[in-house]
Amino acid sequence: MAEKKYKYPSEEWIKAWTEELNKNKEYAEAAKDWEGDFLFIITAGGPIEKEFVFYVDLWHGKCRDAYMVSSRDAKKTAFVYEGSYENWKKLIRGELDPTRALLTRQMKLKGNMAKVMKYAKAANEMVKTNTKVPTDFLY
Amino acid sequence: MWEFTSPRTIVFGENALEYLKTVEGKRAFIVTDRVIKKLGFADKVAGYMKQAGLKVEIFDEVETEPSAENVTRGAELARKYGPDWFVGLGGGSCIDAAKAIWVLYERPDMEVAAINPLEKLGLRQKARLICIPTTSGTGSDATWVTMITDVKECRKMELTSREIVADIDILDPELAKSMPPRVAADTGLDALTHAIEGYVSQWRNDFSDALAIRAIQVIFKYLPRAYKNPEDKEAKEKMHNAATMAGMSFSNSQVGIAHAMGHSLGAVFHVPHGRSVGLFLSCSIEYSARDAMERYADIAREIGIEAKTDEEAVKELVQAVKRLEREVGAPGFIKELGISRGDFEKRLDDLVTRAANSLCTFMNPRVPDVEDIKKLIIYAYEGKKVDF
Repeated sequence: MAEKKYKYPSEEWIKAWTEELNKNKEYAEAAKDWEGDFLFIITAGGPIEKEFVFYVDLWHGKCRDAYMVSSRDAKKTAFVYEGSYENWKKLIRGELDPTRALLTRQMKLKGNMAKVMKYAKAANEMVKTNTKVPTDFLY
Repeated sequence: MWEFTSPRTIVFGENALEYLKTVEGKRAFIVTDRVIKKLGFADKVAGYMKQAGLKVEIFDEVETEPSAENVTRGAELARKYGPDWFVGLGGGSCIDAAKAIWVLYERPDMEVAAINPLEKLGLRQKARLICIPTTSGTGSDATWVTMITDVKECRKMELTSREIVADIDILDPELAKSMPPRVAADTGLDALTHAIEGYVSQWRNDFSDALAIRAIQVIFKYLPRAYKNPEDKEAKEKMHNAATMAGMSFSNSQVGIAHAMGHSLGAVFHVPHGRSVGLFLSCSIEYSARDAMERYADIAREIGIEAKTDEEAVKELVQAVKRLEREVGAPGFIKELGISRGDFEKRLDDLVTRAANSLCTFMNPRVPDVEDIKKLIIYAYEGKKVDF
């Protein structure tokens, strides 16, 4: 039977991502003290006319909830992680190193940097989860 | 896309320090420690800068592993003085402290832990940085890293920003002669670890490769000489340059698990940095070779090892590293440091967590999970050959 692929970007994709993250024992251990929610934003440009925004609630090693929201103003979060659709695609395909993407400004992260730097492993595992969701790209 | 960031100007060779007579500015703030002050180097640097017409103040309170509190104090004094040049003079600790103090001076709104490569710090509005290493060395004079200790959490913070790289880097081999042999060995092995890890790092590139290979060749040839005879001028100069080349390399390609585990051991058991990372070098090669065989074999061949296969070349490389360590009196494994089994086991989980959370771990060609890190550290305690 063919593996199910989740449409990206969509609500079903972020739910599948949540499930994968919550299975990740290394993430759970590395992020056991983490408290801080995120917006993951696909910025407008190219095939994307209006940005897609996911809300992700990370707490003590688990994702408590994640869903699409109407805009980046819909929720105020501790962190905002954003980039173009092309770069999100590359991250999901494992073609873009997440840390290098930040250092070369291909992806942007806003929030308390001192806190993120302390949780390097957790951040790495969180972004790696993107590559674990079988994905059907809509654009 | 990637970037290569290095000091704007590197001055090297005999009498390099006299370059300071040409620096333009008003006030210099020398960041150093009491040992360097006692050796007379701070006064020598101050003398040259005064000849250039600058006023000079010396802050000689840098701790062996500077803490956030230590650099905050330096920044407070700097704010009262108002320099337009910071001068980091000494080993890695002094240079790292100078970078952090400079940031806090220009950005009093920041905490030192917030230094990061993703946000613009906006430096060089008030001052610029000169680095003058006296060890050969951490390479900190050429990097965009500063290592500052979080005393409360007993953690070394690996803080980076491309803006904190030196404007001027002065490599005067006369200063390196002052190193006691033990320091020469430790810092030399640190430089070697930088170069080898930089060459196999996931972020390696043509520019970092060129510097890494040359640094490795120079270190294998000259470190034993520099260790045995502090008066060997040629060896001292070569090692001093090699340490900076290794710094330029790893700063733009990253280090790996020898550093991740070395930082961890250093933070928990207060082992000097170079000794700590050098200890993990051979086991990190054995472990990582599975995913970087050709790269390590390159290194082996570049230092003159002849072998029929890459596997053989890498085995010989590990032996060459161990021979070099013995030649310079460095410990081969953790037990040799005098850390008891009991103390080691008590802190093992802590050691593992710190190493697992280090950014260096993710740059390694073979990224270990927590279980592998634990095994590696245990093997490094016993001096056991890595077999997984």
